[in-house]
Amino acid sequence: MNDYLSYSAIKLGGLIQSKQIGVAELTRAAIEAAKESNDGINAFITINEEEAIRQARRVQSLIDNGDTPSKLAGVPCAVKDNISTRGTPTTCASRILGGYTPMYDATVVERLRAAGTVMIGKLNMDEFAMGSTTETSAYGSARNPWDPSRCPGGSSGGAAAAVAARVAPFTLGSDTGGSIRQPAAFCGVTGFKPTYGAVSRWGLIAYGSSLDQIGPIAKDARDCAAVMTILSGEDKRDGTSTPFEFDDSSIANVNADSADLLVGLRVGVPDEAFETGLDPSVRARTLEAADTLSNLGAAVERFSFPMFKYAVPAYYIIASAEAASNLSRYDGIRYGRGVAEPGLPLDEAIIRARSEGFGREVKRRLMLGNFALSAGYYDAYYNKALQAKALLCGAFDAAFDRFDILLTPTAPTTAMRLGESLDDPLTMYLGDIYTVPVNLAGLPAVSLPCGFSDKDGMPVGMQFIGKAFSDVNVLRAAAAYQSATDWHQCAPVSAAKGGAAYATV
Amino acid sequence: MPQYETVVGLEIHVELATATKVFCGCTTAFGGEQNTHVCPVCMGLPGALPVLNRQAVEYAVRAGLALNCNITRNAVFDRKHYFYPDLPKAFQISQLYLPLCTDGWVEVFGKRVRIREIHMEEDAGKLVHDPWTDSTLVDFNRCGVPLIEIVTQPDMRTPEETVETVRQIRAALSMLGVSDCKMQEGSLRVDVNLSVRPMGSTALGTRTEMKNINSLKSIGRAVAGETARQIEQIELGRPIIQQTRRWDDNKNASMAMRSKEDAHDYRYFPEPDLAPLSLSDEWIESRRAALPELPEQKRVRYPAEFGLSAYDTDILVSEKTLCELFERTAAICGKPKDAANWIMGEILAALKERGESPDQLTLAPEALARIITLQSGGEINRNAARQTLTAALAGETSDVDEYIKANQLAMVGDASALMEIVKQVINADPDSDAAYRSGKEKVFGFLMGQAMRALKGKGDPGRLKELLKQGLG
Repeated sequence: MNDYLSYSAIKLGGLIQSKQIGVAELTRAAIEAAKESNDGINAFITINEEEAIRQARRVQSLIDNGDTPSKLAGVPCAVKDNISTRGTPTTCASRILGGYTPMYDATVVERLRAAGTVMIGKLNMDEFAMGSTTETSAYGSARNPWDPSRCPGGSSGGAAAAVAARVAPFTLGSDTGGSIRQPAAFCGVTGFKPTYGAVSRWGLIAYGSSLDQIGPIAKDARDCAAVMTILSGEDKRDGTSTPFEFDDSSIANVNADSADLLVGLRVGVPDEAFETGLDPSVRARTLEAADTLSNLGAAVERFSFPMFKYAVPAYYIIASAEAASNLSRYDGIRYGRGVAEPGLPLDEAIIRARSEGFGREVKRRLMLGNFALSAGYYDAYYNKALQAKALLCGAFDAAFDRFDILLTPTAPTTAMRLGESLDDPLTMYLGDIYTVPVNLAGLPAVSLPCGFSDKDGMPVGMQFIGKAFSDVNVLRAAAAYQSATDWHQCAPVSAAKGGAAYATV
Repeated sequence: MPQYETVVGLEIHVELATATKVFCGCTTAFGGEQNTHVCPVCMGLPGALPVLNRQAVEYAVRAGLALNCNITRNAVFDRKHYFYPDLPKAFQISQLYLPLCTDGWVEVFGKRVRIREIHMEEDAGKLVHDPWTDSTLVDFNRCGVPLIEIVTQPDMRTPEETVETVRQIRAALSMLGVSDCKMQEGSLRVDVNLSVRPMGSTALGTRTEMKNINSLKSIGRAVAGETARQIEQIELGRPIIQQTRRWDDNKNASMAMRSKEDAHDYRYFPEPDLAPLSLSDEWIESRRAALPELPEQKRVRYPAEFGLSAYDTDILVSEKTLCELFERTAAICGKPKDAANWIMGEILAALKERGESPDQLTLAPEALARIITLQSGGEINRNAARQTLTAALAGETSDVDEYIKANQLAMVGDASALMEIVKQVINADPDSDAAYRSGKEKVFGFLMGQAMRALKGKGDPGRLKELLKQGLG
């Protein structure tokens, strides 16, 4: 049964629908794999066995009655632990939400359940999605299935690791500044950040509200597209969601004969994405992928995109400001971990709950955000960041007059060793240089594997960026690339057991 | 001692009368069991998102139009941050940078009090102290109820002007139906910003703010009392400290609550979960066209059309229920002056006696109109009319004619019935007959009185006089 977990979600859905696999069996296999891998990989904060088995039985009976809810019905999945699940603890990997169990489901959870997928648990992450390594988790760092001495990236580290370890065929992460794409790159899987507004944020515990998007992580772009079909669509409970409906029909059938989909695709490669600070292997793999695209008929062209370098400072001001606001509500009074000492003055109770409940990286960003918003500094920081954002959006608009897709590395390095980067936040923030511009402009982008590092043998990911609501085009281009290459099919050895070293399947 | 001038500006919070809260679908009903009108949004639970109630926007726009404001086409919501247990998100969604309505005015005693802005925001929950457990509990039922905050310029100079400004604004809002404007229940709450300065000076003095004053009477007293306190401070050579104060109506004095140094840094920034409002000119104009007649228009029309005094007009237009009762009664019976007189006299007196406010009035205009018609047609006398009205006000009857019949309040106008009484009266006192014939007119009055008494006051006086003359003749 474990072998099945290395199949694509679409393939598994087909086997379930044709009753070659039972949903409950597959669910049990996924739960076993999750448990077995968790000692080494620590991808899961919560494994929800009972509820998963219940849902599996329900879905099986639907299928037995010829009433298959979607083509991913019966496929196991897991969601990042900042996505609210009714009755199942949702921690954001923070001590301050210890003991908190949501009384409602996120829209994406409702939609996954209605589509008949089987959620087996909640995935590890950086605390409140703030971090690039999953090391800021209060539940211990998740590890990279390709090399457990390395981080899986972050903040959706658990979500990428669970897919790479062949535990869950697909997972949901959230992406505020690269939190889906960077761990997908580090773990050698495919991660998609949709256009802002394409997927409802209802129930996603906010980090930076104007930047957050939920999206899928899977083994390939076709699976991501299938998941997007389930997730997308307007939600009356999220005023920033849009009526955009994702239709994967033009992607589902992309296969080895479909590489000609790339013919004539205008691919822009920004010069600024290949300057100093970029790991030579990452640079080499990304440029090789550009050559591959070119060989497959795409019109690949270098161009200058000087706005790139303003994105990181603007992002850290806007994201931190919104985080400072969004996380103000955690006072330990109504839910989560508080300080219950009779007679303790209110201010002190709140200060202690927050001092003890938040980790260092969260505190750093809350202080940064509150500073940027405070009286007298608003114009110098927040307003200026908004102006930079507006300029960046304009630069993207101009680029998309010329190109269908922009190609960049996903991250300047491969996965870091645990403990290597936490003490140097600036370096860590600069690791987001390729991903944060996408969030500031609200664009769709996918990270997909394009090879391995010569230096450390770790996976390298590249990023395709499209214009707003060209989500289908972005994923179709990725699927076309994947139909001509097999980097996305590489899996770590004894993946489900969290083993070391890598091998291709 | 120099002459001083008081300078007052107001911040008026008004709960809008929408059925549901401003950012979620919970009911706004007052007085439900604690924490039953709540959901993840108004409880500020992690992951919940606000969705704007369009009805609240419409109500706020109507208020802005009625108070002569400009309506902002692309208003934006902002987050205002502070920690308090009744504020579950630790920020209030409000408007700072681009409020919905700006630059309006209201006319008070012939001058304009300018309105700087009207912005939308959400109400907070309520803290309830539980003496049994000596703990403070939070009730979130009110949390997320839509509010508008009306901010005036510092244009008022006296307690009377201040009270009148609030009255005018309240009258306009209640006429619009956008709020029930009940000060006692907190659906209209007034903060008074006040400073004093030497007469003739144009610079503003240091101001204090008195929060949540909950009746018109208290507002007047607060303005007078705080003015006196500030003048006294100045006369004693003490500085006025910019601070928030609480008006204690029982002590007739204000108490310091917190000073400027304790003021919050609210760290405002645009609410990312709500798109900017986008209001079209067409929609705004359609709302303007749909406004009901406002108090200031009624104030012109009542004297002109119905010949009412300025005083009566003013009382009537300040209360929506009184206006409605007056206009409908006048329309049914065609006697606007009588309608106004009954409302100004008997009805207000009855309300006062019962300790009720005009919005508790349930009298049907049909009933009042019928009473007026019957009395002016001589079918009942004033006492009977008053008695019937009292019964109708108390809800004892809804059918005026039936009540009059059941209580035998109708005038006796029938000639033979009256003649019978006349004969009885004359027969009972034969001397008076002779006295009248000998020219003693006084006797006639006495006999009329006797006849009326026998009729319990319900005789038609004209007919009776005629018949008595006949009988004596």
